[in-house]
Amino acid sequence: MTASVLLRVRDLKTYFVTEQGKGTARAVDDVSFDLYPGETLGIVGESGCGKTVTSLSILRLVPEPPGHVLPGSLIEFEGRNLLALSAPELRAVRGNQIAMIFQEPMTSLNPVFTVGDQIAEAAIIHQHLSRRAARARAIEMLRLVGIPDPEERVDHYPHQLSGGMRQRVMIAMALVCHPKVLIADEPTTALDVTIQAQILELLDRLQHELGMAVLLITHDLGVVAGHADRVVVMYAGRVVETAPTDALFERPAHPYTEGLLAAVPRIDAPRARLHAIPGQVPAATAWPPGCRFHPRCPYAWDKCVAQEPPLLDAGRGEPGSHAVRCWLLTEPRRRTPQA
Amino acid sequence: MTLGTWLALFVVLVVAAEAVRALRHRGLRQERWRRFFRHRTTSWGLGILAFLIIVALAAPLIAPFDPDRQLDILHLTNQPPSWTFLLGTDFLSRDIWSRVVYGARVSLGIGALGALMAVSLGTLVGALAGYYQRWIDAVLMRGVDVGLALPRIFILLMAVALWDGLPFAALVIAIGLTSWFGTSRLVRAEVLSLRQRDFVVAARALGADTGRVIFRHVLPNAAAPIIVSAALGVGNVLLLEASLSFLGIGIKPPGASWGNMIADGATSIYTAPWATLFPGLAISLVVMSLNAVADGVRDALDPREEPA
Repeated sequence: MTASVLLRVRDLKTYFVTEQGKGTARAVDDVSFDLYPGETLGIVGESGCGKTVTSLSILRLVPEPPGHVLPGSLIEFEGRNLLALSAPELRAVRGNQIAMIFQEPMTSLNPVFTVGDQIAEAAIIHQHLSRRAARARAIEMLRLVGIPDPEERVDHYPHQLSGGMRQRVMIAMALVCHPKVLIADEPTTALDVTIQAQILELLDRLQHELGMAVLLITHDLGVVAGHADRVVVMYAGRVVETAPTDALFERPAHPYTEGLLAAVPRIDAPRARLHAIPGQVPAATAWPPGCRFHPRCPYAWDKCVAQEPPLLDAGRGEPGSHAVRCWLLTEPRRRTPQA
Repeated sequence: MTLGTWLALFVVLVVAAEAVRALRHRGLRQERWRRFFRHRTTSWGLGILAFLIIVALAAPLIAPFDPDRQLDILHLTNQPPSWTFLLGTDFLSRDIWSRVVYGARVSLGIGALGALMAVSLGTLVGALAGYYQRWIDAVLMRGVDVGLALPRIFILLMAVALWDGLPFAALVIAIGLTSWFGTSRLVRAEVLSLRQRDFVVAARALGADTGRVIFRHVLPNAAAPIIVSAALGVGNVLLLEASLSFLGIGIKPPGASWGNMIADGATSIYTAPWATLFPGLAISLVVMSLNAVADGVRDALDPREEPA
């Protein structure tokens, strides 16, 4: 990829101060990635690995206090550091250049306003449309996201719509101003499988029509496989592997990624007990020393406990396209489970 | 009472009832109004309020006597209700019906304006404290604690001492400024829970500024308790005005308000109970009607409730 970077995240650290005595939760700890125009970048990981906090940090929506983004972090959108913007400058970016859709369509819509009012809101804020024009725009957006009878639906309240419809409305809200980046935080998690497929297809179609970049945050590898161009795998607040989607699925290099892939049921494999990664994500207040994955890693040895690996180039494909945070890269012969 | 005043009273009753009926009929076409009129008590409350408001506005037409005139201090004191004195006379031989009618102007005015002021102030302070939290919250809420701890009558007595007899506007302001503490607590609690809701975060993600988030996304969702508190507030203000009048620092005599009528009548409550009963009844009627209407408004504002 030679195009200029649209959104550059460098050394992002978002910490939360917890109740007295429990220390600081390092929810996002040194996360870096780039988003290029028009591409879809998937961010995957289990619950509690920092995906959502990463996405909230980009638009500075992390609740403060207790959360705060540490100085030294950089979130650069078209050459401007979002972390250094004043409140009005930031508002001009939110919803206009970078928009976001949330996980829960049930609670992310304001129950006391019609969906038309809510879709029109961003257009009124950023493009200063009149109420009439904004309403027309809302109807147009409803049609774009595939809601039947948009002229009628525009006056409905959120509770009158199904979950899938509400998520479509959320997408319409986010896309009113044709943002360059759409952050989709688990956009389909709350929906059932068939609706999930429809919503993802809709996102793909709109992405092509509007030419925006999508940051797709999910715990579902199936979603990533079908819709992302590149993938960032997160674990315990860190990026552990980043690779083009095909490379990641064909040759996962980090044991965590390996474990995640092995845990996905396959239709073409003989039926057997599903693999599970032993243990669970440790608390964000007390990450393990060394490699944060070592307590759950089948290959771990002394070095993993003593020292955390940096992101190493896996040396496949284009230089730098596939990076892995694992000492196995330096000692590949150890890739046989201990005991 | 003359035929003219009876006629005027009848016209007012019919107009009030007809207005509510027409509104109800027209409203049934729209879902929001249908929800508003769902309960029969709402219509009754609205009708009673409309009646009292028209009575207050048309007081000279409906009152048979000058409310402040002592008709015959020798022969007509403490007369029981009759055809001439519809609700009787008080210990100064003033016609109680006329005083209730004129008192409606003062009492409804103070109640509406005082409660409006108190609720606006309380909502604003509560919203700021709940939304911004941290030191703004701490400062405002400590202020509210002080306000709640100080006896209100005491503050108002001080105000009276400063102004030497409060004009109507000053009374409204004094009442408004001392009645908002409870509302601000209520609103703050609502805002605290609403500000973390997903749709508020979503609104911020769309680029809404703080004012927009508070006034468009947070407060409308807190409308129900605010409206109920406003309706109760009017009742409280009416009662406060009554107790101020009882202490002799409310509406100056001979001017009539429901509150000072109760205060005046209290001395002769065993011989002439009608002097306290009817203004008291008027206050109760207003408070109950307001509660009924507030219930309707709350239903109308909550689109999640399905129409029955």
